[in-house]
Amino acid sequence: MMAAQYQVRLAGTGGQGAILAGILLAEAAIRDGKNVTQTQSYGPEARGGASRSEVVISDGEIYYPKVLQADITLCMSQEACDRYGGERSRSGLLILDSDHVSRAPTTMAVRVPLTSLAKQVTGREITANVVGLGVLVGLTGIVSREAMEEAVRARAPRGTAEMNLKALRAGFEAAERVRSGGA
Amino acid sequence: MTTNANPSDETNGVLMQGDEACAEGAIAAGCRFFAGYPITPATEIAEVLSRRLPQVGGKFIQMEDEIGSIAAVIGASVGGAKAMTATSGPGFSLMQENIGYAAMAEIPCVIVDVQRLGPSTGRPTSPSQGDVMQARWGTHGDHPIIALSPSSVRETFDLTVRAFNFAERYRTPVILLMDEVIGHMRERIVLPDPDTIELVERAGTTVPPEWYKPYENFPLDVPPLVPFGEGYRYHITGLHHDERGYPTNRLDEVRPWLERVFRKIESSISDIMIYEEDEVQDADTLVIAYGVTARAARQAVEQARQHGHKVGLIKLSTIWPFPEEVVERAADRLHRVIVPELNRGQLALEVERVVGRHKVRRVNRADGSILSPDDILDAIKEWSR
Repeated sequence: MMAAQYQVRLAGTGGQGAILAGILLAEAAIRDGKNVTQTQSYGPEARGGASRSEVVISDGEIYYPKVLQADITLCMSQEACDRYGGERSRSGLLILDSDHVSRAPTTMAVRVPLTSLAKQVTGREITANVVGLGVLVGLTGIVSREAMEEAVRARAPRGTAEMNLKALRAGFEAAERVRSGGA
Repeated sequence: MTTNANPSDETNGVLMQGDEACAEGAIAAGCRFFAGYPITPATEIAEVLSRRLPQVGGKFIQMEDEIGSIAAVIGASVGGAKAMTATSGPGFSLMQENIGYAAMAEIPCVIVDVQRLGPSTGRPTSPSQGDVMQARWGTHGDHPIIALSPSSVRETFDLTVRAFNFAERYRTPVILLMDEVIGHMRERIVLPDPDTIELVERAGTTVPPEWYKPYENFPLDVPPLVPFGEGYRYHITGLHHDERGYPTNRLDEVRPWLERVFRKIESSISDIMIYEEDEVQDADTLVIAYGVTARAARQAVEQARQHGHKVGLIKLSTIWPFPEEVVERAADRLHRVIVPELNRGQLALEVERVVGRHKVRRVNRADGSILSPDDILDAIKEWSR
């Protein structure tokens, strides 16, 4: 029997860090003792163009390594949302960076200004992907917060661990505000 | 983007990319020379080896192109090193002439082709299994070849080791046929304890230099290859040659060579065949798959079983030489065989040859996307009633 699986899709524009966010989430899952695959799809460009990262997390063996129907989708650009926002399982969670996404296929989407939060907390818009991870993990508990923090700390480039952890915790806090009905 | 900062934990395993597992497998196998030219989706193999090889006393060279790369690999191997190159379709095309040279001169080497969508430059970041026939017949003339195709990150590590072992044991080029998904995918893996990995080292010789014949046809099917520089003087050429390696037109020298190089592979089929059977015992329908497609197939087979379909899976890791006996044995009991591939039907041609066209249903996709479990499940359902 196939064990319960979670399928996560992270999508944005090349350079926003969707693929790195997928790697971080996958490493956190391993720290929690789970099986995981992380795949990616991107164009030939170094920056720009559609970019997506997919993570499958399971207690058992993972056969098909890609996302078939996402349980969780994080979109960091309008193009990503147009393309993947509707491709969720029925109960799937859609998280949007409201700084970049104005139109969504559902009114149930969770909208968080990831980019402005990133700038506000770390001074660097580039950490928006880590803020997004914080929201995703804070809302779903798909991996433990401790594992997520350890994964971010282990992979952060020298001297940037604290900045990235700040971004992650800002995401956790934003998730709490969403839970309590605020934004 | 390589996975530098692995959370290395022995119980939990590590997150590793397929290309990286290939590089680490090469290191574990004893590879100490890599020459290559960067190309998506194989670049990460070179990237990792450029860092890892110097750490273990090996050499890494970025060459001017793929023709130079395979030539350098052949040279390094004649010099005694276990040697490898890695490329994708366009580079693999360029390497074909020298792959034939390695087959003719019986030089052990490993050529990794991380398949992307072709023809030509195609779609560099999209997966494909379009080089299956090229791996077999891309270089001209009749020659034996071994090609292996992994379907997970861990298997990429294992098959890279096996590729080196086969290259050394049978004095032949070995092709590791990966695909973009397996190359770029990261997966949780636990690497084997280095002490438990079986390694094949090149056989030496006890004969004095003046007696040594690098292409002796008797008594061994694989005469030992003594590296240049150890006092054994001999000739290497792409021309048909005599037992000392010098060009010949004599049929009594050409034919024994030809027979031996095919015999050395064919007589060892059971050593070379790597495959897994799943749920085949009572199956009336069989799926034969390899590479990333085997993972979709495994999920499809499991789902079909839940719906009561008697379907089994053979996952091929060795695709050349084609595992005729494995397929034939299974097909005797079966009514139908489904062959899903990311091409317009390449290995299916071999399956059809062995079991007959009327029994085979192809499931193909050659547009840069991969087959889903449902694509294969649909074919199973369609054929099972």
